[in-house]
Amino acid sequence: MTTPFAPSAPLLSAHRLAYSRDDEPVFGPLDFSLRPGETVLVEGDNGSGKTTLLRVLAGMLPPGEGEIRFDGRPASRDSRNGRVLWLGHRLGMNESLSARENLDFLAGLYGQRDGASTASVMERVGIEAWLDEPLRTLSAGQKKRVGLARLLLLPGDIWLLDEPYANLDRHGIDLVNALIAAHCNTGGAALVTSHGAVRFADPNARHIHLDA
Amino acid sequence: MVTAVQPIANSTPVAPTTDQRSSGTLRACAALLRRDFTLAWRRRGELFLPLLYAVIVAALFPFALGPDPELLGRIAGGVLLVIVVLAMLPALESMFRSDLEDGTLEQWLLAPQPLALLALTRVIAHWLTTVLPLIIVMPLLGALLNLPVKVLPVLMLTLLLATPLLVLLGAVLSALAAGARRSGILVALMLLPLAVPVVIFAAGAIAAAQSGMPYVAPLTWLAAALVLAIVLAPLACAAALRIAVEA
Repeated sequence: MTTPFAPSAPLLSAHRLAYSRDDEPVFGPLDFSLRPGETVLVEGDNGSGKTTLLRVLAGMLPPGEGEIRFDGRPASRDSRNGRVLWLGHRLGMNESLSARENLDFLAGLYGQRDGASTASVMERVGIEAWLDEPLRTLSAGQKKRVGLARLLLLPGDIWLLDEPYANLDRHGIDLVNALIAAHCNTGGAALVTSHGAVRFADPNARHIHLDA
Repeated sequence: MVTAVQPIANSTPVAPTTDQRSSGTLRACAALLRRDFTLAWRRRGELFLPLLYAVIVAALFPFALGPDPELLGRIAGGVLLVIVVLAMLPALESMFRSDLEDGTLEQWLLAPQPLALLALTRVIAHWLTTVLPLIIVMPLLGALLNLPVKVLPVLMLTLLLATPLLVLLGAVLSALAAGARRSGILVALMLLPLAVPVVIFAAGAIAAAQSGMPYVAPLTWLAAALVLAIVLAPLACAAALRIAVEA
């Protein structure tokens, strides 16, 4: 068990965290922690509660039981907002606007990572040519890459990535792994869900297995 | 919505610097306004529809009632008021819909910004893009309906107070209904009983101006309700949006 107020408190930790929908347990109780530089892979079949777990951690669903801590302190909007970057099944961007317009808007909401610019992060994910096209003209994989560009542009050390590999080709999967590795090397941490079909870059990454 | 300093002691160097929260909030609101205006400009054809609707209805009234300038002049104020309320109704329903569907609201919720302030900014953008044009064409519509010239300024002032109030009320209902699929007419139906007092006070001011009576009292009531709504509606809106994202 982690000691919550230790000098190197985990960025994010869950204690006896469980969630039920209509008295039907979805997952848990779970105990885990996410320390700086760490990647945790959440595995499980479809419907095993991976997305629900991430939504609870992101504060979009109230935890049923147990506790979530950020830096050893109980989760609150102030301790969570701005630190957590969420890449879900929905892109979180307007399809009528271009990647540049969407990213500039989100940078307005979240602030911008030091040294990052809209153009540079789009180049990093390999779709700088699509910067000014409306998102609806992009393919599903390209849209996913715009979502990844968002992770690079916005500050926030805890990445909650729900199926980041979906819709991506082999190069895209390598890109996701490289971005996560780089993020963890700079003191960030990531919680990644996957249904297990893709190999994961870091063989030492811890796994949380959810049963349906 | 004052936020405490983020507890980032013992944290990593990449933790966001949040020392300039208030300026960050202003920048966030400005970014949201810019985004909504860009989006409105992309969909300017859609924005034109309420305007067209108002012009058509106002133009049809004299044909339906017969060319009696005195009768038209007497009812013009009330008719124009109702036309504006009806013309702004359809757009209210979709105020948060697309943002919920594409996941933008999830990003709003996780942003280090007060959600109520973002909701208020959205209301302002909505009013500026869909309702203000209706008020701007009022002199034209007034002329179509033989509205007495002395009533026109009062009508416009009344609308400037009443329509933001209706948009604020509509925003709360729109946020509540956003999670429901095919809520279509729901927002309009829910807004109707809330719109009645607003219309009564607005009509009171217009009728008073028309008969040369003092019209300040109903206007101040509208202004008071507007101030109350500016404070409370965004908070209710934010709570409703959190529920919508949960669902």
